[in-house]
Amino acid sequence: MIRFDEVTKVYRGTARPALNGVSLEILSGEFVFLVGASGSGKSTFLRLVLKEEKPSTGTIHVLGQDLGRISSRKVPYFRRNLGVVFQDFRLLPNKTVFDNVAFSLQVIGKSAGFIHEAVPDALQTVGLDGKAQRYPHELSGGEQQRVAIARAVVNKPAILLADEPTGNLDPETSGGIMALLERINANGTTVIMATHDAGIVDRLQRRVIEVIGGRVVRDERGGGYKTQATPIVTQGFGLGDAR
Amino acid sequence: MRLGLVISEVGQGLRRNLSMVISVVLVTFISLTFVGAAVLLQMQITQMKSYWFDRAQVAVYLCTEFSTVGGCDQQAATPDQVALVQAQLESETLAPFIDTFYFETQEEAFARFQEQFEGQAVADLITPELLPEAFWVNLIDPTQSDILVDALGGLVGVESIVDQRSYLEQIFAILNAASFTAIGIAALMLVAAALLIATTIRLSAFSRRREIGIMRLVGASNRFIQTPFIIEGVVAALIGSVLAGLAVVAIVQFFVQGYLAETLPLTSFVGLQDALLVVPLLIAAGAVLAALSANVAITRYLRV
Repeated sequence: MIRFDEVTKVYRGTARPALNGVSLEILSGEFVFLVGASGSGKSTFLRLVLKEEKPSTGTIHVLGQDLGRISSRKVPYFRRNLGVVFQDFRLLPNKTVFDNVAFSLQVIGKSAGFIHEAVPDALQTVGLDGKAQRYPHELSGGEQQRVAIARAVVNKPAILLADEPTGNLDPETSGGIMALLERINANGTTVIMATHDAGIVDRLQRRVIEVIGGRVVRDERGGGYKTQATPIVTQGFGLGDAR
Repeated sequence: MRLGLVISEVGQGLRRNLSMVISVVLVTFISLTFVGAAVLLQMQITQMKSYWFDRAQVAVYLCTEFSTVGGCDQQAATPDQVALVQAQLESETLAPFIDTFYFETQEEAFARFQEQFEGQAVADLITPELLPEAFWVNLIDPTQSDILVDALGGLVGVESIVDQRSYLEQIFAILNAASFTAIGIAALMLVAAALLIATTIRLSAFSRRREIGIMRLVGASNRFIQTPFIIEGVVAALIGSVLAGLAVVAIVQFFVQGYLAETLPLTSFVGLQDALLVVPLLIAAGAVLAALSANVAITRYLRV
């Protein structure tokens, strides 16, 4: 589903790579936590999957396609297979909940008929079926994030990328969002979630990929945020040179 | 659905950026009016050239009692001298170049002068003796007046040989300079218009950056994202070019036909038909200019 081969990303004007020789594979239907300190390379990982950035070296395959071989004209069509959720929701303040979700379908040319089927469906999935005509500012943070999730999944993407989706939410609300993400994952969508929230990671016991200083230092199934188990050290990379 | 969405995006963009849109409209309006004026001026020059150059004659002025230049010595040309000039014009060397010629006496010249300057003070001061007799020559090829100058210039009794085209050339040089000035101003203004359109589009894109961000995220095609902005630029420029078209038509209708043609009835001026030829040109130029600069602006904005 997603495969990184020796991927290194160095941003222009910086010496230290944001990602350094990362190789990993994420299978269809997996739920993966991406953990690590701020600036460790989690967001770069997600941006690379989205093809918002090009790797400096190495190859990335997503959904069977080599991202290096997708022409920039085809990138939008590739992105239609991915859903993305952010910490700051990124809703359009002047559109209702319904229109926010519908917008993402309108702009990829879906018919009005399809939109009127799919949007209420997605809102029901995230538990907002009664609030279609509300505006974002009338909703709580948790509800706004549910709208963002509805927008991400309304087109039934194969992969859902979530960049700290609970970062702005209280623990109880976060629990609700996590239950929702698990439900989406149970329906077959691969979920990759970057997070700082130790409680959530420990509770769910899913696959955990820990990144420090651009290197994968741990890739553990059923792990917690901090693990007592011996870290998986991929070939040649010691913990010693990780900061 | 998509078309409706694009149109509503365009409307929103135009409303949100109203002051910039108005400045785009004004700048394209003014610059294209200059373009239109320059084109019309060129048309006018061409029209006058073809009209006047065909009628331009070469005058072979003969001596009067008062003239001292050329082959004159304060002696009017004698009948013998006149006959010699006529013989030259009819000779085998010159005849092939000459279409027709006729002789104008002092009385005829005086009558023509009176007619031409009727009502002006100078008409009362002139007497027939002051005006030279002349041969008026129509050449087959009006550019070859030098032949007459060479053949007749040295003859006794010939005061001067004047090609009327030389007067016209001066007028056309002035008109040409005016039209090139208009083109120069138009070119500068068009550059300003193109940059202003680019800035407006970037501003418009910036004010819609949230939407653009989401569109890119969910996989809207580049063309879909760009089209509303390009249409926005084109609409603004089109309003300007339509105004410029109206201005050009108004100038021709009210100034050229209404004022100049009345004042100078003998000259033929560009008419409404010519103006209507220029209008589609202006509108097309405005649309293409806007589409290009908006396209460049939005493509560059989205790439960063």
